[in-house]
Amino acid sequence: MYQYDEYDQRIVDERVAQFADQTRRYLAGELSEDEFRPLRLQNGLYIQRHAPMLRIAVPYGNLNSTQLRTLGHIARTYDRGYGHITTRQNIQFNWPRLEDVPEILDLLAKVQMHAIQTSGNCIRNVTSDPFAGVAPDEHVDPRPWCEILRQWSTFHPEFAFLPRKFKIAVNGAREDRAVIQVHDIGLDIVRNAAGEQGFRVLVGGGLGRTPIIGEEVAAFVPWQQILNYCEAVLRVYNLHGRRDNAYKARIKILVKALGVTEFARQVEEEFAHLKDGPSTLTQAEIDRVASRFNDPVLSALEADAGYRAQLVADKAFAAWARRSVRGHRVAGYASVVLSLKPYGVAPGDLTAEQFDAVADLADRYAFGEVRSTHEQNIVLASVREADLHQLWQDARAIGLATPNIGLLTDIIACPGGDFCALANAKSIPIANAIQDRFDDLDHLFDIGELEINISGCMNACGHHHVGHIGILGVDKNGAEFYQVTVGGEQGNQAALGKVIGPSFAAAEMPDVISSLINNYIDNRQDDERFIDTVRRIGVESFKTRVYAERSARQQAGESAHV
Amino acid sequence: MSEIIKSGRVQADEWTVLRLAEGDDPAAVALPAGRVIVPLAVWLARRDALHAQAEAGVLGVWLAGNEDPAVLAGDLSALALIAVDFPKFADGRGYSIATLLRTRHGYGGELRAIGDVLRDQFFFLLRCGFSVLQPREGKYSAAQLEAALASLRDFSEPYQGAVDRPEPLFRRQPRTPLHKEAA
Repeated sequence: MYQYDEYDQRIVDERVAQFADQTRRYLAGELSEDEFRPLRLQNGLYIQRHAPMLRIAVPYGNLNSTQLRTLGHIARTYDRGYGHITTRQNIQFNWPRLEDVPEILDLLAKVQMHAIQTSGNCIRNVTSDPFAGVAPDEHVDPRPWCEILRQWSTFHPEFAFLPRKFKIAVNGAREDRAVIQVHDIGLDIVRNAAGEQGFRVLVGGGLGRTPIIGEEVAAFVPWQQILNYCEAVLRVYNLHGRRDNAYKARIKILVKALGVTEFARQVEEEFAHLKDGPSTLTQAEIDRVASRFNDPVLSALEADAGYRAQLVADKAFAAWARRSVRGHRVAGYASVVLSLKPYGVAPGDLTAEQFDAVADLADRYAFGEVRSTHEQNIVLASVREADLHQLWQDARAIGLATPNIGLLTDIIACPGGDFCALANAKSIPIANAIQDRFDDLDHLFDIGELEINISGCMNACGHHHVGHIGILGVDKNGAEFYQVTVGGEQGNQAALGKVIGPSFAAAEMPDVISSLINNYIDNRQDDERFIDTVRRIGVESFKTRVYAERSARQQAGESAHV
Repeated sequence: MSEIIKSGRVQADEWTVLRLAEGDDPAAVALPAGRVIVPLAVWLARRDALHAQAEAGVLGVWLAGNEDPAVLAGDLSALALIAVDFPKFADGRGYSIATLLRTRHGYGGELRAIGDVLRDQFFFLLRCGFSVLQPREGKYSAAQLEAALASLRDFSEPYQGAVDRPEPLFRRQPRTPLHKEAA
């Protein structure tokens, strides 16, 4: 992964000193609450239900074992023994004391980490494909581009106080695993007719209160110009995005208000002045950044006969491998997904011991590196096939080998009402109740690939709009209810789910999911996935089934009480 | 008399910022005596009458966040001082306005940040081309303002180009690829 040079380190060290002084002035009463809030947010520090929450940046999801051990130490020393992987590949701690935060940042800086711009109305952590650099369907490694964007956006003086938060994602593969269509800027690395490399630029996607799929504003921006082009987009937004209403302040609202054609025209007009300016990138700079990733040099290995024999001999291993092992660019290697979705645990949580244990796995099997995913799991990017069986046993011993990756119980969920001050309703207990209902592995395998995404409020941190089944916590006269959407999808076919009807009480949710699943099983053809069936037969049949079975349950309940 | 930060030092200031009250007519409002920074509306309404004062260096113009600096493009050589107002420190439009004045329109005179100007934004303001920072009167004690000068230097080598240093870090400094560093 990317290794800091002296300048990277200096900027992070200077940030630690700056924030320590800001915290000191706040605690001394020199900085008001209102003045301190944007400063602490731009350093990932929220004031939550129980305590401050500190969100640490994991640039495009890359972590090494030394960093993991530091995170484990922080969990143990300053938190209650665990941390949480977010849907933007970052890591959150829910229990640090404000007074301890400067010290935590100092520890992070020592391992090339920080919390810069993980919240606030600024350019946030750039996200990407967790299989970047190793995916078989990748044409260009997005990581150097992500790092170049990270550096450009870090403390960008013109864009430190935007109308609202701003998220950039980069994809370099055939299948988009970075969900670029729901980002403020989605960058797709492409080639033009002449074979030159550049970016297709999408703008104005996003989830939240007003979910919108991003629209193309430029079919091809040459790679040399990408920072100039992003600057043009950001300047138009900074000057013209709404500042009177936080709910209408995202760039997607500006793009909708102007229309994508007019928005693109304004960006082009600005870009004409910036094109070929000092921020124009050079091949030498791209090469320099790429070199600092220091990737292991892998040469193709013979397909491992032992691995294939173990797949045949060990059914439990084979079941895990089917879900967790992915193809790799280099023969004889594989990528592995460790599941952070065992039953009964908050999706995406890792204990201090698990941070350490994952660091050990990374060192032993994966060249000391891991990636966090927006699905809130962990990827070991490069593992030798010959090591997979032993890795599985080791992962199982620390509870990270549930064979449910991509299945119903691999639920994406925000922290919800248990932790988050914004939430209308809890997320984690709903996820756990659904996992309980579907705890039979054979049944789970039979249902097949299915994504359930849960958000505790319309800010949509759990990405519910793009879940095959989406669950949104809503407040109904002070009680927690859940609205269900069906038909959402991430990736190349990104789509927003449709609301099926009136919301449900928490206790009903496992039954609602059962109704949806049963309708799928009754209607599916051949190997059709849940989402394929929804696309073929429409949402209506699912809706009818859910509310018919609900009425039946309610009537049965009433007659039981007569 | 308010205090400003200019050339890295706290200095006394003799300019008055004129703000229109509800119902004030930009074409007729009385200007205070001495050096004055008038709202754009006043300048546009009375440009001919005020031109000599601007040329003499005793009158400047300030822009609000929703005002396009391009309307001043023809006046830049006459104006020795332009200010940009920050109604709230978290309203970042002024950063783009300043950048445009310096880079697009080539304004070389004094560029002053007024309004809710706080020390924790000093560094960003300087980078976007402001040459004078004017915190709201009474916001900081003399000692606090002296201490705040440290915030002008929060970061020594920023990554990206901006008005103060147009070239990004990779053009300003030799940054080494990893294998060379190891060798």
